[in-house]
Amino acid sequence: MLFWQILIDGFAISSLYALAATGFTLIFGVSGVLNLSHGALMVAAAVGAWALNSQFGSGAYLGAVFGVATGVVLTLLTYGIVVRPLQRSLRIREEEKEIFILTATLLWGIMIQELIAYFFTNNAKSVLPVVGGVVHIASVRTPANEIFTAIVCWVAIAILWFIVNRTRAGKSVLAASMNPRGVTLLGVELSSVYIAVWVIYGVLVGVAGVLLGMFLGVSSYSAGPLTASAFSIVVLGGLGSVPGSLIAAYAVGYLETITAYTISPAYRSIPALLLVVLVMYLRPRGLLGRR
Amino acid sequence: MKPWDKLVRVGVLCAGAAVLALSVGTGAGAQDKGPIKIGVIAEAQSVAGSSIPQAAQLAAEEINAKGGVDGRKVEIISYDNHSSAAESVRAFQRAVSQDHVNAVIASYVSEVVLALEPWAARLKTVMVTPGAASDVITANIAKNYDAMKYTFHGYLTSGALSELVCAAGKDILVDGLKMKTAVIMSEDAAWTTPLDAGYEKCLPQIGLKVLDHIRFSPDTTDFTPIFNQIEAKKPDVIITGISHVGTQPTVQWKSQQVPIPMFGISSQATNSTFWKDTNGATAGVLFQAVSGPGVATTEKTLPFVAAFKKKFGNEPSYAGYTSYDEVYYITEAIKRAGSTDGDKLVDAMEKTDYVGTIGRIQFLPKGDPHVHGLKTGKGFITGLMLQWQDGKQVNLWPKDLANGKLKFPSFIKVAAGQ
Repeated sequence: MLFWQILIDGFAISSLYALAATGFTLIFGVSGVLNLSHGALMVAAAVGAWALNSQFGSGAYLGAVFGVATGVVLTLLTYGIVVRPLQRSLRIREEEKEIFILTATLLWGIMIQELIAYFFTNNAKSVLPVVGGVVHIASVRTPANEIFTAIVCWVAIAILWFIVNRTRAGKSVLAASMNPRGVTLLGVELSSVYIAVWVIYGVLVGVAGVLLGMFLGVSSYSAGPLTASAFSIVVLGGLGSVPGSLIAAYAVGYLETITAYTISPAYRSIPALLLVVLVMYLRPRGLLGRR
Repeated sequence: MKPWDKLVRVGVLCAGAAVLALSVGTGAGAQDKGPIKIGVIAEAQSVAGSSIPQAAQLAAEEINAKGGVDGRKVEIISYDNHSSAAESVRAFQRAVSQDHVNAVIASYVSEVVLALEPWAARLKTVMVTPGAASDVITANIAKNYDAMKYTFHGYLTSGALSELVCAAGKDILVDGLKMKTAVIMSEDAAWTTPLDAGYEKCLPQIGLKVLDHIRFSPDTTDFTPIFNQIEAKKPDVIITGISHVGTQPTVQWKSQQVPIPMFGISSQATNSTFWKDTNGATAGVLFQAVSGPGVATTEKTLPFVAAFKKKFGNEPSYAGYTSYDEVYYITEAIKRAGSTDGDKLVDAMEKTDYVGTIGRIQFLPKGDPHVHGLKTGKGFITGLMLQWQDGKQVNLWPKDLANGKLKFPSFIKVAAGQ
């Protein structure tokens, strides 16, 4: 009973972690940006979905779509007004740009978080689930929404895999992550590749945020911890490696779930953080890192 | 040092001294003539906290419209503390030394009020909390009355809350639903320590055996393991002690269809927005409150709610009711004292006998272990027990103020009939 409970509950939460971390690692792998406003973007997407439904009675589907759209728009704004001007700036030295972008996205995230708290209060919100009710799997009462979450996450990841590996646009994204200069020499406009990646990232962030809002609920306070958990998963899996992030997401998700069930929910995140420290110590490039 | 620098330094020093002298001068002179100033330090970004300055403002405007206090206007100066104890302390210092407030209404977070308590003592300024619950606040006053007497507890202490929950539980759960067992589920925070101790003591007294006691971190987002642990014990009811969290356990209770009712303190459930925040998952949740929509606890309750709604467009949170009353009884005390001097004001506050929106307000006297806490029970404050039903908060207890009947969603398994 407990075994099945952990298996099912852990799978749903891990899938969500995987989806959230995939976008984070993708954007780092391709454009070298560590986006510390990641968590705030997810929260904004969830709050967008919540607001449209609860304030305007739009229904679950329209709300969810609006939430994802909020995520995409804010992500593009992040790129357009925070990241890109810094990348193109001639006054910042090339080797310092990374730290500038890191700081700028962190501050941007805090701004989004504070705006959400200002307009919608810092009380937690939950997004109306697209599917309700419960199903019994191996005598475990599982919310149907949990299964829905896992399925959507995997479908999104599969679509991402297909785009990157099987389409021309995707292949140039992949190539750009390996050798940006080479891609330019082949006549691919690097800036359009970047915009494509940020759009994909926006969709992933939006979907992950809305699903999180349905599954666990979010508040403006969630922004920081969400960025931190995506960051630790990505570091564990190897920066820039999507398969690495997927494995790491499941390792962290299950470790947390097992801890919560067998030891105490209060210590939920501790073993996973210890694991990150251990991997840093023994294998600094992460599980599947390239460098 | 260049002569020019020297000159600048001296200049700055002189200017500083002049400002200081000026501010001290106006402070002392204006104290008993100008407006009565009440500082309000609150969590403006949270639903519970945002009502605090609003309700205080409403009370001040009402008093001013009737001519003020002995001709003096009441002025509210509010400070947003961003839910931080450190910012609250800075705000308190600024309120007293710069803005020269005569009294302070502060916060619904126990940790914040506990941080401010020594400052109320040091600066000899009366402070009333409209919403914090920790028993330690009044225990501190009892321990060192002469120094700490400036703090007043304008809301119920956790110990008092647990007793009111048990009193309602006796009627609704034990006598009504023939329940026998309970699990206590509370967040790990300053205010729940005495609450849980109170539950542990009074639940067996009313006939509910406590099977387990779960304290969880306020950072918890996934409550599945907690509800599983509770279900495994097969209790008849979950007795709650939650305030910092609310939406998440409630939503997950519904989505996982935990078949056990929740009953007790759920501060966020007292907010009128809670139905929307949880997308209706709160249907069936039973929660203690000092006020409820449409419940005329006293003759002042409903007019206050109507005026608040008209002015701000939403319903006041629980701390709004208390904050509104506090402005009234602080200004009354100033009138009786004939002075805004800290010590005289404390004496006058202790003699408060005021019927407010949540009941009759009297403070426990010196010598009581909860000195400056509110008197509770019949004739003072009894509290209510409400339940969320179809988007509305319906009052079930006490019987003479009830405006509805107990109703659970279909996934809740309780013995039929009340």
